[in-house]
Parts: sequence; C-alpha cells; structure tokens
Amino acid sequence: MSEGRTHLEIARARSGLGGGAPDAGRIRTAVEAIPDPELPVVTIGDLGMVHRVEVDPGAIRVTILPTFIGCPALELIRDAVVEGLTDFGRPVTVTTSFETPWTSERISAAGRAALLAAGIAPPADPDDVRCPYCASARVVMDSAFGPTQCRSLFYCRECRQPFEAMKPV
Amino acid sequence: MTPPNAVPVTPAVAGLPDLLLSMADDEFVIGFSDSEWTGIAPLLEEDVAMSSLAQDELGHAAALYDLLAELTGGDRDVLAYDREPPAYRHARLLDHARGDWAMAIARRYLYETSDAVRLEALAGGSWAALADLVGKIQREERYHGLHVAAWLDRLAHVGGEPRERLIAALTALGPDAGTVFAPIPDEPGLVESGILAARMTELEARWRAAIEPTLERLELPQPPPVRDPHEGRTKHGEAFDWLHGEFTAVRRSDPGALW
Repeated sequence: MSEGRTHLEIARARSGLGGGAPDAGRIRTAVEAIPDPELPVVTIGDLGMVHRVEVDPGAIRVTILPTFIGCPALELIRDAVVEGLTDFGRPVTVTTSFETPWTSERISAAGRAALLAAGIAPPADPDDVRCPYCASARVVMDSAFGPTQCRSLFYCRECRQPFEAMKPV
Repeated sequence: MTPPNAVPVTPAVAGLPDLLLSMADDEFVIGFSDSEWTGIAPLLEEDVAMSSLAQDELGHAAALYDLLAELTGGDRDVLAYDREPPAYRHARLLDHARGDWAMAIARRYLYETSDAVRLEALAGGSWAALADLVGKIQREERYHGLHVAAWLDRLAHVGGEPRERLIAALTALGPDAGTVFAPIPDEPGLVESGILAARMTELEARWRAAIEPTLERLELPQPPPVRDPHEGRTKHGEAFDWLHGEFTAVRRSDPGALW
C-alpha cells in the first residue's frame, strides 16, 4: 500500500493504539460487523461465517466459512472485509476454509431475529417453519430452491403471503 | 476468490490429480448441463431449482479445480475452459444431449446416486483438504438427492407419456450409467493411502445395490453393466463437443479477460 504510512498513522490516531500491540479483539469485531451482501440485515458475524482472525503487526489474515461452496457473494464479502479493515493500516488477506463446515446452526440468536424481522424465516426443519409475517404454522414449501443457494420458497395459507426461509444445512 | 488455504500436506499420491480432475469435470459438466434448463424447465419452480442446482455443482467444480491447481499448478478457469474436448475426464453418463425433462431427471438421478456413493467413500479420508471439502459438499447434495428422488417418483407414478419418457431416458442412459465408477489411473494408490475408502469396482457394486430397491419399487429398468469401463471417461462424442462449444464460447470471445 503506497499510502501505508499515512494510513497507519490515521488508524492509530483513530484507534488510540499509538503503535502498540495490535488490537485483535477490535479487528475481529470490525470483521463480524460487515453486512452480508445478499442479506444486508444480517452481518457475517451473525451468520457465523467468521472462522479465524489472525492479527500480527505486519498483517491481518481472515478465514471465512462459506455458507454454500459456490456462493457468488463470497467475492463481495472478501472485498468488504478488506475495505472494512482499511483503518487498521495493515495488509489484509481473506481466505475460505471448509475445515469446519458452515452449518445453519452457526447463525446467532441476533441473526435469526434480524432475518425474521426482514421477512425471512430462520433455518428450521420444514415442519417447524412459521410464517415470518403472521407466525402461522399453516405453511407449505413451494420449492426447496429459492433466489439464492441458501433460501427456500414457502407460502402461508393463513395470511396468503409467499415468503422465503433459510435452508437448514 | 482466493483458493482455500487449507492444503497443509500435499500427498504425493500418483492417482490424486486424476481423481480430482474426474470429480471436478463431472460436477462442471452436470452443472453446466443443469444451467441449460434455466428459462425452459416445465415449471417456474424448476427453473429456479435447476439454476440453483447448477450453481451448487459449479461451485463444487470450482473448489475441486482449486485443489487440483494446488497440486499441479494452473488455475481453475484454465482447467475448466482451456482444454479441448478429448482432455475432459467426466463420466460418459453426462455426454448425452440435453433431451426432454425425463432425460434431465434420469441423468440427475443416475449421477446423484453415484456421486453420493463416491462422496461417502471420500468422507473422512486421509487428506484433510479433500475430506473437509467432501463433508461440505455432502451437506448441499442432500437437497439434490431429495429433489431428484421426488421427480423420479412423480414421473414413474403418473403413468402414460411421462412414465414412457422416463423409461426411454433410463434405457438410453443405462449402458453409460456406471461410468462414474470408471477406473482411475493409479487407483490402488488412492486406496492404500486412505484417500479413497474402496476401489471403483466395489463402489459401483454399492451404488447398484443402493438404487436397485427404488428402481424395483417403481418398476423401472436397472442399468446394465458398462460395455467398456476403461473408456468411460475418455470417449465423449458429439453431444459433448456441442456442450464444450457452448461453455467455452464466452471465454473464447475474449481470451484472458476478467469477468
């Protein structure tokens, strides 16, 4: 980074680090706060996608667990992580790993609540899916496949509203 | 996307590149074939389903090409797009022309059931980079299995023309169905090193035993033995030449461009 020095100074001034030990906790928090590009109501932290954040004085390495292997949003997430960590003034590398498989159980309670508020039923066994609008259990799966790899299509017979649900994986 | 960094030990197992190439090419070719249904499937939900299935399979192919590239050099796009048709190593089961919807279902059924047996034999294998990826792939493939099983039942039970078309499709694909288990060069090394749980002939037997009850219950034809297993991944034919022309068209239109 050509303006690295300036950046570093700005970052230090903002973070109050003054060139001391890198603040791994704050960096991790910054990574986890990045919104998911396809579902901006939740962060990649809420989704449980942040596997590892390794920080040393010369570099930041972030390892992401893809929700789906071919998820096209991964490129956008990588760019967002790099951009979101600019203020820390260190080169950032983002890699993916399948070492621990991402499962829908990794979504936090806050993430599930945010999905529900946005009209997307959080992951559940198809029999346990409830309408995100009226909470009715009178719902049917229209298609296991939806607009993105991680979502299915449902219909609520109570309020006659089509809705999406995150797939349990 | 940056390829996975989890390739800690690169095993010097001779058959490994061939195994990865065969799996990646299978997923790439079935994924591209599935994408051919976008916009022309019999139901709107199936347009969405086939597009989503295609996206999954192409994602699996990309991850497998990445692993192969770690072993042998190159990159996923070069591996996927820059070979001539005879250099592809997918199973001949995937070389039949698109055909009708019954053909799409029959092809998916025979492939998905075979792939499930192969994945099972790789899960928990000795090379973590592949075993981890396989574990993740299996979670996605569960949906593929449910989707195709529901359609197989539907076409078989409804009778009349759909059933006739399904039987015709299974009959046309039958002799090539077992080619997913065509022998891989240096296969014994893969088994001895613990990467693959059993030889392909054994996996083929497991697969036939697994699908037999379903096909029997639905009164559908069992696939006959493969005529020439040693050419099961090398003799592709005209339908693949056409598909290859389709999936390389954009790449060839502006070589080296970044999309």
